[in-house]
Order: sequence, then C-alpha cells, then structure tokens
Amino acid sequence: MPTPTDPTVPAPREAAPSSSAETPVIEFTDVEKRFGDNVVLKDLNFTVSRGERVTLIGPSGSGKTTILRLVMTLEELTGGYIFIDGEPLTHEERNGKRVPVSKKRQKALRTRIGMVFQQFNLFPNMTVLENIIEAPIHVLGRPKKDAIEHAHSLLEQVGLPDKADAHPTSLSGGQQQRVAIARALAMDPEILLLDEVTSALDPEVVGDVLNILREVADTTNVTMLIVTHEMGFARDVSHKVMMFDGGRVVEEGHPDKIFTNPEHERTQKFLGAVLGHN
Amino acid sequence: MDWFEDWPQYFEALNNFSERLIDGLLTTIQLTLLGGALAFVVAVVLGLMAGSPSLWVRGPARVIIEFFRGISLLVLLFWMVYVLPLFWMANPGLPGEDFVRNNFLIGITALGINYGAYGAEAVRASLTTVSKGQWEATTALSMSWPHKMRRIIFPQAWALMIPSLTNLWVHLLKGSAIVYILPGINDLTFELDNLRRPTDIWFSHAFVGLVSYFILALILTLFMQILEARAKHKLGRGPSLREILSPDPKAAPPDAAVPVQQDAAQAKEGK
Ligand SMILES: Nc1ncnc2c1ncn2[C@@H]1O[C@H](COP(=O)(O)OP(=O)(O)OP(=O)(O)O)[C@@H](O)[C@H]1O
Ligand SMILES: [Mg+2]
Repeated sequence: MPTPTDPTVPAPREAAPSSSAETPVIEFTDVEKRFGDNVVLKDLNFTVSRGERVTLIGPSGSGKTTILRLVMTLEELTGGYIFIDGEPLTHEERNGKRVPVSKKRQKALRTRIGMVFQQFNLFPNMTVLENIIEAPIHVLGRPKKDAIEHAHSLLEQVGLPDKADAHPTSLSGGQQQRVAIARALAMDPEILLLDEVTSALDPEVVGDVLNILREVADTTNVTMLIVTHEMGFARDVSHKVMMFDGGRVVEEGHPDKIFTNPEHERTQKFLGAVLGHN
Repeated sequence: MDWFEDWPQYFEALNNFSERLIDGLLTTIQLTLLGGALAFVVAVVLGLMAGSPSLWVRGPARVIIEFFRGISLLVLLFWMVYVLPLFWMANPGLPGEDFVRNNFLIGITALGINYGAYGAEAVRASLTTVSKGQWEATTALSMSWPHKMRRIIFPQAWALMIPSLTNLWVHLLKGSAIVYILPGINDLTFELDNLRRPTDIWFSHAFVGLVSYFILALILTLFMQILEARAKHKLGRGPSLREILSPDPKAAPPDAAVPVQQDAAQAKEGK
C-alpha cells in the first residue's frame, strides 16, 4: 500500500502490516453487546493484525468506546467472542457451549493490553513515578530498579523528565495525560487502547499529546485501537479507519481513501459534519 | 453554692483513690485502644464485603452488620458473659474456654463487634466515593483485587472515612463504661462510682469523670485529625503536617511551598 509523505510525521510510516497467515492480535467474532435491552453492537466481526493501528470513527453513541472497553474487559461481553493473539479473552466455545474463560487466563491476556482514558485516571495517592512503576513491579514482577529506570526514560519520552516526584493533582491536564500514556507504556503492552485521549484537554496542549502518540506509533510496534475526533491525527497514524454506525462497520479502509473518497453516504455525511467544523 | 464547701476534703479523697482511679483509667484506655483496633478490623472486613458486587459476599455482610447494629451493646455483653459460657458448661472440653472466662477479652470483643458494625457502614460508604475511573485504571493495569484495594482504592477512601471513624471511636471510649457490668472489669466509670461514696456524684462523675473522659476524647480526636491531614496531603489536597504545625504560617504559604515541602514530607513518609 502506498503511503503519502506527511510533513508532520518525523519518520516515514512503515507499510501496514500484512494481514497474512499470522494470527490477528485482536479478533472480534460475532460480537454482540447489550446494555439491558439496548443492543449496542451486533454481529460485529473484524480483525487487527500485529502492529496495525486502527482508528474507529462514527457518530456519538455508535459504540466506539464500548468496543475498546470490551477489549479492556471493562464491560461484560454479552455475545460472541473476542480473541487476543488467537486466545479467547472472555468466553470460549466448549462442546458447542459458550463458557467463560478462567480468571487466570483472562489476566494473562489482559496484561498485554493497555489503555489511556479520556479522564487520565491517575492515582492521586501516588506520585507520578509511583503511578508508573506500581503495576510493572507488583503485576509483572519487574525488579524495582529496572522499573524506575524504565519510568524515567518514559517520562523523558513524554517530555516530563522533572516531574517524577510531583503529585498528579499538581499537574495540568496535558501533563497528566502524558503521565497516563507513560504509565500505560510502562507495562510494555502489545495493544494500546486510546479513547478520545485529547477530548478533555485545552486546545493548545492537544498537539503536544498527539505528537507524543505519533512518536510512540513511529518508534514502537504496538498495536493501537484509537477513538478520536482528531481526524488529522487519525490520518497520520492509522493504517486503517473503520466507520461505525448503529453498532456495525459501515465502511473501512486506508485513511486516505476514507477521508478523501468515502464510498458510503453515512461516512460522507459524518465526515462532512466533523471536518466541516475544522 | 454549698456543693463546693466539701470539695477540699473531696480532693483528699481523690488523692487516696488516685491509684485505683489510675488503674481504672488504664483499663478504660486499654478497652478503647484494643476495642477500637478490633472495631477497625471488623469495620474494614465487613465494609469491604458489604461493597462487593457479589450477592454471596454482600448478603452475609449485610446480615451481620444489621444484626450487630440492631442489638444493644448491653444485650450483647450480657449474652457473651452469661449465655455463651453455658455452651462450654454443657460441652466440657470445647476449645475457646479461656476466652469465655476472660471478661476483659469479652469486653473488647463486644465493643469491637458492636462499633465495628457501625464502622462498616462508614467504610463501605467511603469506598463508593472512589471514582469509577480509578477502578477502571486498576483493571487496565491488571491489578489483582487485594492489590488495587490496598494500594489504590482504600488509601483514597481512607481520608474520607476518618471523620466517621473518629466519631465512632469517641463513642466507643464512652461506651466502654458499660463494660463495668462485667465482673472483674474495673474501668474508670467503675472507680468513679467508688470515689462517689466518700465524695458525691457531682465531684466524682460530673467533675473528675467529665474531665478525664474529655481529655481522653480530645487526645483521640487530635490523633485522628493528624491522620486525616496526612491522608489528605497524600492525595494532594491540603497542606502537609509540617505546614499545619509551622509556627509562622507566612513562612510556608500553602501554594508556593507545596512542591518542595511535599517532596520532603513524601521522602520522609515513604520509608
Ligand atoms: N454503562 C452503560 N449502560 C447503558 N448503556 C450504555 C452504557 N455505556 C454505553 N451505553 C450505550 O451504548 C451506546 C454506545 O455508547 P458508546 O459510549 O460506546 O458510544 P461512542 O461511539 O463511544 O460515542 P461517543 O462518540 O459519544 O463517545 C450508547 O447508546 C450508550 O447510551
Ligand atoms: Mg466514546
């Protein structure tokens, strides 16, 4: 697939990972999600390959957040299956029946997944450094010294090398979100879920946070599932854009195609409305 | 006011009784500290259970909480001292006999269970104030339940539950007087009753008693306020203890000095 060069991207984007025989990193099979009687996702099927960065777009209430939350096991899956690296995340089929997987197996898969939230959700009872090293030490069992070293290099990467001992409450929103990104990366996730990570930020700091994520995209092979209203960012970093409406995929494809030449009327209308504001 | 005419003699009586009064005071302090410690453990365990999403955990906790809040401490003590031993009388050799014969332990246990049941509500309610986002962040980091509780959720709820727990603890201090119905437990109230005989009720209870219990309650409250200030500071809300205790408030303007002082306090507290 040809990629256009973009001046805002420091390094040229590598080609989209081929969806060949390799097991997908994320696979949704006949996923259904209901909240009570409200069916939010229905018969949803898609795969994400290793290293692929996929942006989900669609109108409010179309289920984008729900998809990320299902992958993070923050919502209960009411139907179908989700596979991470080919292994069932929440339920599996055994003897023709849909049964929950063991907590232990779920946890093993979950440690490969990281998430950054719209509202940062840093732990206020810990310093920035403690926020970052807590899970690597106590969940992954990393030696404390290594975890601290790694944390400092991540803080460097997100541009906050001098904030290790600060309290989250003393930081601005943009700084808090950068710490949250560092905290998620400290777990060395295979999959990074980003749900509107700049929506709660002041406009002037949005660019900083997006640049950090661009750099993460360029320098690592982490698979990303992104929900954002920043279409420029989506276009820069993603290999694939999926347009949702009514809990289904309306259209998917390379960002250049989706953003410049969308096939479906729903996509055209949605993009018209979103890009019209910019 | 002829009440006070006899008070010089009364102070002499107080002096003669001082040894016994101090013994009583120590008993009351022991009941308050040990009963309070047990109540805290009971409150945390029941409070965590009562906040569980699983009905199998929440249900039993609710029954225990409501039961022990419902029966009065007096009835509970009465049962533990006069009814419980009957089981051991009927079945000699049953383990735990030392416990049912130890009135001091029974007093502590009754206080702990009774006030713990009240405290459980404070614990449960404070835990619900920790935002959903905090829980979700712990899930996203794959923390186990005990881990997230101990390191993330409970420390945040802690600052909020301290005022309620302080109230209950002061209540427990005063409520500990009821334990004097147990044979052999001579707490402060019991000794005040003895002091009343050579003096009068105004001197013993309304004066000596009032002052003693008031001072004890004051110490408890101050101690808990220190804990609260410390807990709030850890959450990044409010000044550090050092700033609060600083003799010259201007030397430490709450905002400007926070980063530096905070770090210093943190480093000290940390290990
Ligand atoms: N906890 C919940 N309980 C009930 N309904 C919910 C819950 N969470 C989401 N929903 C419903 O699911 C649907 C999809 O919500 P979701 O948050 O996934 O949408 P979204 O695409 O992320 O929208 P937005 O762009 O506004 O963030 C909505 O109709 C919403 O009302
Ligand atoms: Mg959303």
